Amino acid sequence: MIRFLLKGIFRDRQRSLLPVLVATIGVMLTVTLYCWLNGFLNDSIELNARFSTGHVKIMTAPYAGNIDQIPNDLALTGVDSLMKKLKKEFPAMKWQQRIHFGGLIDAPDPAGVTRSQGPAIGIGIDMLSGDHSEIERFNLEKSLRRGKLPAHQGDILISELFSQKLKVNPGDTVTLIGSTMNGSMAMYNYVIAGTIVFGTPGMDQGSVIVDLKDVRDALDMNDAAGEIIGYLPEKYYDDKTAEQVVTRFNLLFPPSGDKYAPVITTLRKQNNLGQMMDQISQVGAFVVLIFVLSMSLVFWNAGLLGGMRRYMEFGTRLAIGEDYSHIYRTMIYEAVLIGIVGSVSGTAVGLLLSLYLQNHGLDLGSMMKNSSILMPSVFHARITAIAFFIGFIPGLFSTVAGTALSGIGIYKRKTAQLFKELEA
Amino acid sequence: MENSTLISIEALKKHFPTSGGRFTALNGIDLKIGKAEFTGVVGPSGSGKTTLLNIIGSLDSPSEGRAMVLGLSISDLNVKQAALLRRTRLGFIFQSYNLLPVYTVFENVELPLLLLKLNESQRRKMVMDSLEWLGLTDKVKSKPAQLSGGECQRVAIARAMVKRPEIVLADEPTANLDAANSHNILKTMVRLNSEFQTTFIFATHDDKVISYLKRKISLVDGKVEKDEITGN
Repeated sequence: MIRFLLKGIFRDRQRSLLPVLVATIGVMLTVTLYCWLNGFLNDSIELNARFSTGHVKIMTAPYAGNIDQIPNDLALTGVDSLMKKLKKEFPAMKWQQRIHFGGLIDAPDPAGVTRSQGPAIGIGIDMLSGDHSEIERFNLEKSLRRGKLPAHQGDILISELFSQKLKVNPGDTVTLIGSTMNGSMAMYNYVIAGTIVFGTPGMDQGSVIVDLKDVRDALDMNDAAGEIIGYLPEKYYDDKTAEQVVTRFNLLFPPSGDKYAPVITTLRKQNNLGQMMDQISQVGAFVVLIFVLSMSLVFWNAGLLGGMRRYMEFGTRLAIGEDYSHIYRTMIYEAVLIGIVGSVSGTAVGLLLSLYLQNHGLDLGSMMKNSSILMPSVFHARITAIAFFIGFIPGLFSTVAGTALSGIGIYKRKTAQLFKELEA
Repeated sequence: MENSTLISIEALKKHFPTSGGRFTALNGIDLKIGKAEFTGVVGPSGSGKTTLLNIIGSLDSPSEGRAMVLGLSISDLNVKQAALLRRTRLGFIFQSYNLLPVYTVFENVELPLLLLKLNESQRRKMVMDSLEWLGLTDKVKSKPAQLSGGECQRVAIARAMVKRPEIVLADEPTANLDAANSHNILKTMVRLNSEFQTTFIFATHDDKVISYLKRKISLVDGKVEKDEITGN
């Protein structure tokens, strides 16, 4: 009987090709949308991790409590020994010191008189020690628009937008006017090495990047850092592993009563990223639900139309002795087959599309020109193991559910009417 | 029931509900039909021919009275038992052939055997035998759309006969055929009736069919008006 049904499905295109196409398109959209939304949210999280939160972050408790104010007077001290201990105890992780700062960037004319001036948010990262990991993390080589990367102490990178605003170019000298860790005024001259475009509207407004040592010199922060950022060996953040790091850190550095002792936190607990991560897990379910509902409706309708088209066939089968439940079951078998074929083909196409989006991304920069949120402008899809299976839920469930609903009509056929119905 | 009696109907009534009350399609039918009969239920439209055929074919059940078919009381059969009776012991021929268009002649005829769960070699032999009786062995791979009306009805007869049923029920089997094809089909059915001792029961008002009947049961307003053995 199965072979008989298969022959019918393969020969009758309206019974096979059309439903398979619908299932394929639905599954493809499910898989692609799931991968893209997954990548979208993960890109946003990883961007925050790279530029701001790390996978874990170590600060003093008061610094963490006032982090929006960039309170360098509450920064960690004795960071050299802390870094040594961290590298020894967590050898698989990458640890980096960073200093965030704010101030005015002053661009003088040849006579030394202020030509232009603007508020800047700066970050001090390790660029000149020979360790290129921060340069890679900030994607500085690719972000460079003009000039070159800092090669000497005293070099500064400035965002392209900010350089245009200040009317400065690579080679020009600018002065940072800020406050030191101890609260006194800081003035420090830098030479613009290059201009950069981060691709994140929030950072392209008025950012500068300086080597860590230069910030320390400018802000009197020797052996101090606002924060120490830790990255897990895996490319993407994993909350469970991060929590394990936190637990181990807390065992190594138990609460001592020192107000300025280092405390650790995970990415999830910073910048409302926990909420975003929860959304990632909800996204899959949401996408699947939408497609299950919409595709079930489509298949319900397709099933009703198919039932009308096959009215004579079902009537004949009832008359020659096939019982209702057997016909209903065969319709479900057909739906399962169509669902599987549609799911496999839809998943394959969806994964190919997602792979393209994973490699090339989708540039939404023009839509976020005025955004001040730390978000990437190019969004990539992300293929995970779930992407290989997620399409089968709408693909199979909706074909079967749609057919099951429409097939109920079989039970309403009255055998006593068959001779009449089959006359025409 | 006598040994040769396949169908025994006593005081059979069938009512259908209507908006104004009920309509009585069969109003006290008594009849017996034996093995190898070639019988027709004849009468004008609305006389109850198809209703009687439905009850004999276990497609419907009596409102009152008794209908015994092949030793089974139709009133006592549930839906599954009725389907089993049709599947194993009855054959049906419809006015519009009702062949499944995506399947070949062989596959259309094979369908009833698939429901009996016979193995492939058994099925193949039975289908080929049936097609041979109907002179359709050269059309095995043809689709219904490639056949003439007469050939389609012969395929429908092959499908009804393939499982060697004890009774074949045919509702206006020649209604869509021209005279030559009608005679051809009827001669074939007469031959099968005599060769395999299969009981054929027709519901018809076609004179061509009536001319081949060995027994003619005339229904008028749900009652047997005349039950006569013809000269055929």
